[in-house]
Amino acid sequence: MTSTPNPIPSLTLTQTQTQTLTPIAATLTAITRRASLGLLLAGALLAFAPALHAEPTRGGTLTLLLPSEPTALVTVGNVATPILSVSAKVTEGLLKYDYDLNPQPQLATAWQVSPDGTVYTFTLRQGVKWHDGKPFTAADVAFSIGLLKKIHPRGRNTFANVSAIETPDDHTVVLRLTKPAPYLIRAFVATETPIIPKHIFDGADPLTNPAISAPIGTGPYKFKEWVRGSHIVYERNPDYWDKPKPYIDRLIVRVVADPAAAAIAFETGTVDLGYRTPVPLADLARLKAVPTLRFETRGNSYSYNVTRLEFNLDEPHFKNEKVRQAVAHAIDRNVILKVVNYGVGQVAYSPIAPGLKTYNDPTPSPYAFDLKRANALLDEAGYPKGADGVRFRVPLDYNPIGADGARLADYLRTTLARTGIAVTVRSQDASAFIKRVYTDRDFAFTTNGASNLFDPTVGVQRLYWSRNFIKGVPFSNGTHYQNPQVDALLEAAAVENDPARRVQLFKEFQQIVARDVPDLNLYQPEFITIANQRVHDHSLTADGVESNLADVYLQ
Amino acid sequence: MNPQRAARTLGLSVIQAIPTIIGVILLSFFLLQAVPGDAADVIAAESGSATEAGMAAMRSHFGLDRPVLQQLEAYLGNLASLNLGVSPRYNLPVSDLIFSRLGNTVLLMFSALGCALAAGIALGAVMASFVGRWPDRVLSLAALLLYSTPGFWLGLMAIILLSVQLGWLPPGGVSTIGSPATGLAHALDVARHLVLPTLALAGFYVAIFARLTRAAMLEVSRQDFVRTAHAKGLAPAAVALRHVLRNALIPVTTVAGLNFGTLLGGAVVVETVFSWPGLGRLAYESVMARDYVVLMGILVLSSLLVIVANILVDLLQTLLDPRIRAH
Repeated sequence: MTSTPNPIPSLTLTQTQTQTLTPIAATLTAITRRASLGLLLAGALLAFAPALHAEPTRGGTLTLLLPSEPTALVTVGNVATPILSVSAKVTEGLLKYDYDLNPQPQLATAWQVSPDGTVYTFTLRQGVKWHDGKPFTAADVAFSIGLLKKIHPRGRNTFANVSAIETPDDHTVVLRLTKPAPYLIRAFVATETPIIPKHIFDGADPLTNPAISAPIGTGPYKFKEWVRGSHIVYERNPDYWDKPKPYIDRLIVRVVADPAAAAIAFETGTVDLGYRTPVPLADLARLKAVPTLRFETRGNSYSYNVTRLEFNLDEPHFKNEKVRQAVAHAIDRNVILKVVNYGVGQVAYSPIAPGLKTYNDPTPSPYAFDLKRANALLDEAGYPKGADGVRFRVPLDYNPIGADGARLADYLRTTLARTGIAVTVRSQDASAFIKRVYTDRDFAFTTNGASNLFDPTVGVQRLYWSRNFIKGVPFSNGTHYQNPQVDALLEAAAVENDPARRVQLFKEFQQIVARDVPDLNLYQPEFITIANQRVHDHSLTADGVESNLADVYLQ
Repeated sequence: MNPQRAARTLGLSVIQAIPTIIGVILLSFFLLQAVPGDAADVIAAESGSATEAGMAAMRSHFGLDRPVLQQLEAYLGNLASLNLGVSPRYNLPVSDLIFSRLGNTVLLMFSALGCALAAGIALGAVMASFVGRWPDRVLSLAALLLYSTPGFWLGLMAIILLSVQLGWLPPGGVSTIGSPATGLAHALDVARHLVLPTLALAGFYVAIFARLTRAAMLEVSRQDFVRTAHAKGLAPAAVALRHVLRNALIPVTTVAGLNFGTLLGGAVVVETVFSWPGLGRLAYESVMARDYVVLMGILVLSSLLVIVANILVDLLQTLLDPRIRAH
């Protein structure tokens, strides 16, 4: 998944299911305010190092490019990428995160997690005002989290363990959990848990509220105008709580749907900033020669993607473990990365993305590239080569969101032909693909992308947990993988409060999945942010350009 | 023109328009039902996140949990009261979504069609006048090249030359965003943005109209009345313009009217390449998003637009040739 908007899948537990989780007894360690402060300082120094070289200049207009138009301007009920791109400019979160996902203050100035991991206390920033002049208080936070738990596509799961939201005073919010949720502290970024004004959203249906497309927030930019199909205009919020920020006068978000036109827009200086590799990978080399452009890879660590090959374990051929192992032996991840993704990224062997360094298991696949072994396994599996050299024929469906899907399908067709598996590539649009795979289950294998998000419990568990095989729910357990041992490990890790023990559980889980090959994790694409040389400090946090862009300045 | 005859032409066209529009609605509604996946699938695909409860809530929010015929009935009921419905995806009335873009599309359509007709007829007339000689040969070759060049490629090449290399024209958009210009300055700004998409969209039709004008003029010039015109001593230019070209315009205008619909379709690509916020792009997005309320709104409106264009052609033809009457 590279140059186009991308699915950011997440955990798909239903509430009743989460309640039946069985926690494993463990040493519970506190994520205390003091511990996170140390990390925070280190992170802050690291994050703001690039800002030291120059004094930010005031003024100017920044034009941000988006490849497709958002359907709303706040990530309340929909977390499609274009909405994520704009939401935080107006609507902020309690926390922001450095590149390594250590929390830093935003609307919360301090936070504390109880040693048993079930009580979260946030101290809120004082003197913050909504864009309409009303004061920001704990009631807004409590209302937002309560609403997100009900209607946010991931909120239903992220906040599933939250049993009570208390507001002891106007600037304190306490979340009480029924059991620990070790991923929760990383979920308070503006786009994931947007804090919206209670006085605007209370009472009415939030999905049809006009403030969804004309947002009111606490952020550095005020919404001014949305010309549908063309652009969105934001103006500097002069009363922003973090003075003298923001530095720029105006932020224009411009929709350029054609990737070639996007490349030209960067070249001519019509747009200043774009992220998630906004141009075709084939154009990157040419653009890198343009003297006015700068390229940045940091600021993409809030969510890593992995491009994967998913088998349908109910399909007669791929039901057989030997056939799946043969496919694993037939692919060369380094070649895939080079020919499919122009070498932009790194190979991945395990279900957890290499970017999630703490949890990723870097051990290479037990089934290394070996065509002879692949052919032998297929012979053993009872699929001898016919007179035409073909053992059997299968269709391959690729996820059309992202340009790399079709290229990957072409590679697979070629390489599998060398083992006698004749692949027919089928193409369809996103909606048809989703229906085919998750509702009709009319497929043999697919190439798909999965975003790991900020934690494996949120981003990875849904793909392998047998309880999450739910027909009709996209980005659930599409392979129909079921292994009781894996289920137990995932369920334990979801509530494990001891970080070291949690890492161990995830490592064990990855080893089992690598052996079972319900899917093949292939590579983690690297997202590239393109900026005009006059744009500075656009990617200081884990969510980079998706952040509120309060620090950005032009020079 | 005889006003009575014009009124009759108009009346007949309007009567023919109503079943056409109903047909368009029914056809597009059932075609969309047959397409795999629905609006909730698309939103889930875009978000990459979904739960069973979330999918159900979304379907009920979109009204997709109702029986198909009930959805159609509700839509037709709305339409009868001139209400195009509300798009739950955009949380906006469909009429707002469409009318905010209609102006851009109509501007581009008429500018492209106007340019294509003017250039096509002029080139065709030149080709017919010099038939078989070098201007005819050169222009025929040029027309063939235009005919076989895809509009988006023409557009991209024009952007690279005129926008990137020479910096004369803006590469996309409908006007300079955030420019305070009003009045004439604004019109000039829009005109500058209009040049490249017009060229890209018109290219193909210039070729069609030029070839058509040439063939029609050659055909007409062999008719008896042309010989009579020459015989009574009219200047060759007068014969060509007043007698030959005027009669040759009948097939050209017919084809122009027919091509109006095709032009709307071709606009999708050009609108994408030039980031032109028009209906074509919106239609494409609504298909991909399975947002059938928006798509049907656009189809109803564009069928109206095509019908209006054809009425105009009918009227123009009764003007060009008084023998043509409404049947």
